[in-house]
Amino acid sequence: MDGYLQFKGISKQFPGVQALDNISLSVNEGSIHGLVGENGAGKSTLLKILSGAYAPTKGSIFIDGKEIRFKSTKSARDSRVAVIYQELNLVPEMNVAENLLLGHLPAKHGFIQTSVLDNIAARQLALLLEDIDPHTIVKNLPIAQRQMIEIGKALLLNAKIIAFDEPTSSLSEKEKNQLFTIVRNLKKQGCVIIYVSHLLNEIFELCDSVSVFRDGKLIKTFEDIRLVNNDMIVKKMVGRSIVDIYGYKSREQGETVLEVKGLKGPGIQKPVNFSVKSGEVLGFYGLVGAGRSELMRIIYGLSEKESGSIFLNGKEVFIKNPGNALVSGIVLCPEDRMREGIIPVRDVNENINITVRKHFVKFGIFLDQVKERQNATDFIDKLKIKTPSLEQLVRNLSGGNQQKVIIARLLSIETKVIIMDEPTRGIDVGTKSEIYRLIHKLAESGKAIILVSSELPEVLGISDRVIVMRDGQKVTELDHADVTEKKVLHFALPENNKQNRIS
Amino acid sequence: MTEHSSGITAKRSFNIMKILRGFWTNSGIVIVYIVLFILFSLFIPYFFTLRNMIALGLSVSMVSMVACTMLFCLASGDFDLSVESIVAFSGVVAAVVINMSGNVFLGIICGIAGGGLIGLMNGLIIAKIHINALITTLAMAQMVRGFTFIVCGGQARTIGNANFFSLGNGNFFGIPNPILISILCFGVFGILINKTTYGKDSLAIGGNIEAAYLAGINVDRTKVIIFMVQGLMAGFAGVVLASRMTSGQPNAALGFSLDVISACVLGGVSLKGGIAPIKGVIVGVLIMGTVQDAMNLMNIPTFYQYIARGGILLIAVTIDQIKQERLRKST
Repeated sequence: MDGYLQFKGISKQFPGVQALDNISLSVNEGSIHGLVGENGAGKSTLLKILSGAYAPTKGSIFIDGKEIRFKSTKSARDSRVAVIYQELNLVPEMNVAENLLLGHLPAKHGFIQTSVLDNIAARQLALLLEDIDPHTIVKNLPIAQRQMIEIGKALLLNAKIIAFDEPTSSLSEKEKNQLFTIVRNLKKQGCVIIYVSHLLNEIFELCDSVSVFRDGKLIKTFEDIRLVNNDMIVKKMVGRSIVDIYGYKSREQGETVLEVKGLKGPGIQKPVNFSVKSGEVLGFYGLVGAGRSELMRIIYGLSEKESGSIFLNGKEVFIKNPGNALVSGIVLCPEDRMREGIIPVRDVNENINITVRKHFVKFGIFLDQVKERQNATDFIDKLKIKTPSLEQLVRNLSGGNQQKVIIARLLSIETKVIIMDEPTRGIDVGTKSEIYRLIHKLAESGKAIILVSSELPEVLGISDRVIVMRDGQKVTELDHADVTEKKVLHFALPENNKQNRIS
Repeated sequence: MTEHSSGITAKRSFNIMKILRGFWTNSGIVIVYIVLFILFSLFIPYFFTLRNMIALGLSVSMVSMVACTMLFCLASGDFDLSVESIVAFSGVVAAVVINMSGNVFLGIICGIAGGGLIGLMNGLIIAKIHINALITTLAMAQMVRGFTFIVCGGQARTIGNANFFSLGNGNFFGIPNPILISILCFGVFGILINKTTYGKDSLAIGGNIEAAYLAGINVDRTKVIIFMVQGLMAGFAGVVLASRMTSGQPNAALGFSLDVISACVLGGVSLKGGIAPIKGVIVGVLIMGTVQDAMNLMNIPTFYQYIARGGILLIAVTIDQIKQERLRKST
């Protein structure tokens, strides 16, 4: 029990919430310890305490047997602790090398030594298994590579204790494999690694031991992951076992609601045709950059179409902006929750009512605050949004609850077509399953649902029909009955890659 | 029995502490102002007299009016640096029109409409061409100042029609009109920001413009309205000022835009947008004015007054920043 890194009796109290309750945890050198749990279970809070961003209310951290108190994130870095978050902290206008060494650029008499800089950067990129020119401007790189550079940046600090918070959520398959190789190398070098993920298969693939969090408590630590299976972990996570998180049932389908004909625009190479019926869940799958989100942005009026037309209940609609789309009854749950979804500094009530409130107004402009509160309260109940009050600022909610706030916003108005772009990204199993159930319920009530997702099991698990996209075009359409992972991947992967991917 | 009741009192006193702490984090600046006001009343002769209170009210009335609309600009994450030029422009336009036509009402309307037109242009450039509000209004400030000099031929225009002066110099039950107008503005714009879609949409745009657009808010239209209303209000303030000074002054209100913005910031309005409490603006305006007034009563030379004013702004926002950071760490 005397590992290199030890948390002893850590508690963290926020106003009205016990975020962590007496957590004791020990991790050895040269091992990878997984942390799993639903959103709001306390994993991120523990990482923030490790990084020095929060001070624990009670308890302490021991490193190599010595008690350590971090006053700031800098003092944690000085103690060779690195925590790598999902969010990117890169300077988009600077190049890769500069970003990697930002804050400690090699300099002589105040002048940057470009050759030294390039050397270090090139070495680090090789370590990251990334084939990028160190002079590339960061904003020109795809998201997955930027994430890798973020990781490389943290590794350059020569940390002994490294924590990863959901590192793969925006990585492609290739980068994910690279990351796993890197993490295993770090393990071999004797680093202490903490790995937080919602994806249990990653935990099984990578970790030596795993701890399950629920409601701020450490429910169980499994010291040897070889002795556990998926069900045992999920059971501990949610306090019950989820037999089938997708809960797919075939259901009655009605008339065609949305029909897209020959649609082309930014990010779409070839005109796309498809249609969705009332009561149907239509899944869109493709690799990052395949054009799924771009297609949805055109339908929702976020980018301008070059050609083609959109029909709603047989009538052509002209959507130039999101306002038009909402009036026609098309809503979009955006891919990037933080950037395009929530208004972080405003409260739950306002965030839920932002779209619907203009239908409640009295005398043209005055808000009907009674109706708004009623609406927000209804959805908080219905979607089980965990918030201490309607006045809580949305930025203080967990990711899953923020997502539910956005869904509540969409469902507040009359809708025909609901587009969900990565609705469960970064969300725990329990909430995921709730969202799937909600999607089924909405479909049963006659809505047409479009689900865009990079999680293949999710697309297969809840869609009635799946459309696969690749390189900005629709490649195929498959029914629930004859769709398999292998088939979908066969269409989704680029031609030259297929041989070594699918065996 | 005794144990039981003591338990309740303990709980209640804890709640009072909690309420007080909540009040401090949310309205600390109000408490600071009340303490400041009491101290000044006790230690500065003539401070707490009706005459001085009216003088104080008058001195902050211009800033008060324009701060009400600046609140919306800041709420939506933008600035307006052109208000100072609009104030001068509208005053001069009103003066010239009144002198030419002899019609006071027409002069007032032209002054206000002139301000509104400039605001509308600001809004259109910012919303439709997507030029940064800082640059747009800075450029506009210079151009409008130039127009102002051209309209009046480079000289202050004394107004001939005395009926016009009652707007800025008249009173109602002893309270000067500009003070009443300011109070009315605080009421109206307080309701607008908290109780209407216009106010909440402005806050949403400042809080996260992408999310607001995706949620169906007409971002462009809201921005245009915000800047147009700002222009109308600055125009109105300019007309009131001209009435008080009995002339249109092309040099009026230099540095006024930053006075307005600093008063708002002092009251806790976020420069990043999304957070804009009306009570903060009221207190911010009052703190600025009260300190100035107290320094005048104490005969502190102008040079030192500049230092004091800048210092207060810096200290106030520093305290607020520290408070916010502590809050962020504990939540």
